[in-house]
Amino acid sequence: MNNDTVANILLTTILPGNFVLAMFLGMCPFLGVSQKLSTAVPMGIATAFVILVASLSAYFLNMLLVHFHLEFLSVITFITVIACAVQLVEMFVKKTFPELFRQLGIYLPLITTNCAVLGVALFQTARQYNFVQSLAYSIGGGIGFTLALILMAGLRERMQLSNVPTLVQGAAISVVLGGLLSLSFMGFAGIGGGE
Amino acid sequence: MSVPSNFDEFLDGIWKQNPIFVMVLGMCPTLAVTVSAVNSISMGLATTFVLAASCLLVSILRSAIPKQVRIASYIVIIATFVTVVDYAIQAISLDLYEALGAYIKLIVANCILLGRAEAHAAKNPPLPATLNAFGMGLGFTLGLLAIGSVREVLGAGKLFGLSLFGPHFQPWVVMVLPPGGFFVLAAWLIVFAAFRHINIKRNTQLGGVQS
Repeated sequence: MNNDTVANILLTTILPGNFVLAMFLGMCPFLGVSQKLSTAVPMGIATAFVILVASLSAYFLNMLLVHFHLEFLSVITFITVIACAVQLVEMFVKKTFPELFRQLGIYLPLITTNCAVLGVALFQTARQYNFVQSLAYSIGGGIGFTLALILMAGLRERMQLSNVPTLVQGAAISVVLGGLLSLSFMGFAGIGGGE
Repeated sequence: MSVPSNFDEFLDGIWKQNPIFVMVLGMCPTLAVTVSAVNSISMGLATTFVLAASCLLVSILRSAIPKQVRIASYIVIIATFVTVVDYAIQAISLDLYEALGAYIKLIVANCILLGRAEAHAAKNPPLPATLNAFGMGLGFTLGLLAIGSVREVLGAGKLFGLSLFGPHFQPWVVMVLPPGGFFVLAAWLIVFAAFRHINIKRNTQLGGVQS
């Protein structure tokens, strides 16, 4: 059993153990949807919601799997549940915010293959978190992901005004920016105790 | 348009469409496990196996899977092979299993796999589909190795666990920490962009001479 307190888990996953910048989960949307703040914010929130749903369902699913000694099915069941959750979010966004749906485009269904979502489910199982800890872990992870996405989008909006050499344009400059962000997040090491 | 030969299908993934440096796919394992060359190779080979096996199966079943549920079917196929690899690695080397951690299971969420299944295996017969997937996997492995060895040399002064510089080497620790992954990847991306740039320049010069 893991004895981390809720506050510990929350702080760790948001700052020093940030999903994107320290654990490299969810790099695709981080590099793909972070051009504009106006799409980064809803994308972050949608992902945070899916993370929460996936984490809760993974917790109960895992209880069920352990009960029937079917742990080897965990990957398959988790990914199926996540795919369903994403479908739900997609239908909701399409119905309520059609404009946003068009902007997010392919990246919305791609939340399914976002490692952050599956990562939460797998890590909370591996660390044997109880229900409240899993809840804190998924909420912290979602907030951390949104935070990283928003920071990155802000930086990239600024970058449009600066003169980037042709060679470095595109993916390379985004990765350098990610590195700098990751470096600055390392400054939070120690907050939340441990790691 | 001529049909590409099987060998071309194989080479495509290694160089022209290298998943890491050209298509910038599968970034999570690329950055997370490349702290050493050994980790990179094992991760690359594990991904290659899953990629080739699932592409073969998808390609065989391509007319049996209804269009509406294809993505879900692909994911279940991929997840099955990932589970196989997960247990195989656990049986072969426990050290390696602990070093790679949950990232083996996260191969499921690697965009390269779903991308290949959807874009190539679902439209081609089994042989070219498998060869293409195999090439992609090797390209991915080479990319991981390129990043992993640079990070290991700079961050720990070692390559494949062998010390390179003697006892007075001061390791550049940040290279094995998360930011180092970003920086090394960016450096390789710039190198590849430079290659492409030179190639384009040479081609336009040749074209100018001919005309």
